[in-house]
Amino acid sequence: MSFLDEIGKYDPQQVLAAIEAKTASDVERALNAERLGAEELQALLSPAAAAFLEPMAARAHRVTLQRFGNNILLYAPLYVSNLCTNGCRYCGFAAGNKMPRRTLTLDEVEREAQVLHDQGFRHILLVTGEAQGKVTNDYLADCARRIRHLFSSISIEVWPMQTDGYRQMVEAGVDGLTIYQETYDRELYAEMHPYGNKRDYDFRLLTPERGGAAGIRRIGLGFLLGLGQFRVEAFFLGLHALHMSRHYWRTLVSVSFPRIRPADGGFAPLHPVSDRNFVQLICALRLLLPDAGLVLSTRESAVLRDNLLPLGITQMSAGSCTAPGGYAEKDDSGRQFAIDDDRTPEEVARVIRAHGYEAVWKDWDSAFLDKTVHA
Amino acid sequence: MDDLIIAGRRFNSRLMVGTGKFSSNAAMVDAMEGSGCQIVTVALRRVDIDNPADSLLAHIDREKYLLLPNTSGARDAIEAVRLARLARAAGCEPWIKLEVTPDPYYLLPDPIETFKAAEILVKEGFIVLPYINADPVLAKRLQEIGTATVMPLGAPIGTNKGVRTRESIAIIIEQAIVPVVVDAGLGAPSHAAFAMEMGADAVLVNTALAVTPNPRGMAAAFKKGVEAGREAFLAGLGERRDRAEASSPLTGFLRD
Repeated sequence: MSFLDEIGKYDPQQVLAAIEAKTASDVERALNAERLGAEELQALLSPAAAAFLEPMAARAHRVTLQRFGNNILLYAPLYVSNLCTNGCRYCGFAAGNKMPRRTLTLDEVEREAQVLHDQGFRHILLVTGEAQGKVTNDYLADCARRIRHLFSSISIEVWPMQTDGYRQMVEAGVDGLTIYQETYDRELYAEMHPYGNKRDYDFRLLTPERGGAAGIRRIGLGFLLGLGQFRVEAFFLGLHALHMSRHYWRTLVSVSFPRIRPADGGFAPLHPVSDRNFVQLICALRLLLPDAGLVLSTRESAVLRDNLLPLGITQMSAGSCTAPGGYAEKDDSGRQFAIDDDRTPEEVARVIRAHGYEAVWKDWDSAFLDKTVHA
Repeated sequence: MDDLIIAGRRFNSRLMVGTGKFSSNAAMVDAMEGSGCQIVTVALRRVDIDNPADSLLAHIDREKYLLLPNTSGARDAIEAVRLARLARAAGCEPWIKLEVTPDPYYLLPDPIETFKAAEILVKEGFIVLPYINADPVLAKRLQEIGTATVMPLGAPIGTNKGVRTRESIAIIIEQAIVPVVVDAGLGAPSHAAFAMEMGADAVLVNTALAVTPNPRGMAAAFKKGVEAGREAFLAGLGERRDRAEASSPLTGFLRD
């Protein structure tokens, strides 16, 4: 059974009603459960759970400490292309937006990679828009192979591929895949994606499963905070993560929390998520998924990021630039969105240490996948 | 001297320490020092093994500690073997803590792939310390092919639940021809003492030391737990009974 079948069993309106009907005693029961399921997740996402934020945070902290220790993994995105044929209404790269467009040459990719490597990064996330025909699987595999010697882990956040495409990525040294559903609400999804390949909700929803089938080691899920109702979206995200961990048990799921940032095109969030709600949703997902990596990007402010450290976050980006070529050329005119936390990686690492955590730069080894070494 | 002997090498500490999850390298060193350990295990995926300036490796005094690289993160035998070879090529001694944990959630060891990897590594001259589920038959199979120890888990990694697999570990200890190191799940000095009282040759601890605010103090407490358990084992614990023994025996009337 795919996640498409699973999500099909739920009516989003009924899910929202069920979440809103949860009571304080439901929340208490969920907080005391050793392992959480769908019912408990609904309770922790409910308005009633707002009064339990502190005990939720305390438990999220304990669970994370036990599983991950006092470690925060640092990574950086490397934008290799901003060409895009999709019309996503919230995204700076949307085809209709006038902006400088480029796809980095392999030499340029390596130059960017070298800057990030010199800053200390060993975990890298390659990012593109979607412009198939121009920015291809072969190109991305070439990018990964070109920079493989500089990094211990390469992840991708690009267009959804077929399973064979992901196999090709694994061969090229890619071990992680990030793919956000943006919204699990089918109608809203259609509205937000007026044209382009991305209109295909089902194909996107099943992308993590194709990645899992291809043997990708870490798969990151998420929705765009600010599009749909966060309580319902987070519920489906939780189910999606559980589905992945049951069906693709060799693949570790991580979860990200991208909140809509100002982007070219001037999109305003439909359902803004307050900091308080943001914390509630992070804690609820941590309690549901004790083993999942929870990822926080530079979309959030420095102050908020620092305060979220003990609540279950395990990975952070730092010093990010969302424009292709932006690290070496110091030019972000072709950016996807404006970041908020603009501290340097070293500053972020220092703050992490000041909070009693070890900033970890390497938590993977390319030798796991590299069949050419020590064969 | 009651030394622990693994592959002909003597150790006077029976407590091994893992290096993951610490809040800083200084906290890790504190724990190592407090524990009195002589063997520390390091995840190869966390370090640049061929770079002596690696921030974690630079904190481990190799004169004082045997660096035991581990293959955690390996999903199958091939990956584990590749990592072990990488460590040896980088100049590490040929000791390897073999971990093949395809399930990234509970990090439970894969018995089939662990066995395959152990076979290859032993043939290549590695001193192999395999992390396994508390499976007595697997332990025997691994001993047969020449692993230096077996390292059954007390409970899943990081759970701090103690020796939940005691019945199986008791069988492994009873039948072992190599040292038995109880690895994973030991959350308190009393858990370590319990494993040692059972007759384990050593224990390995990591999470319990890494997540406490006082790694050195907790490590010192574990050291005492291990020593107390070992001494009790050597002294001979009284037999455990399910009920009190009558002081006036029921068969006392039988005079001859």
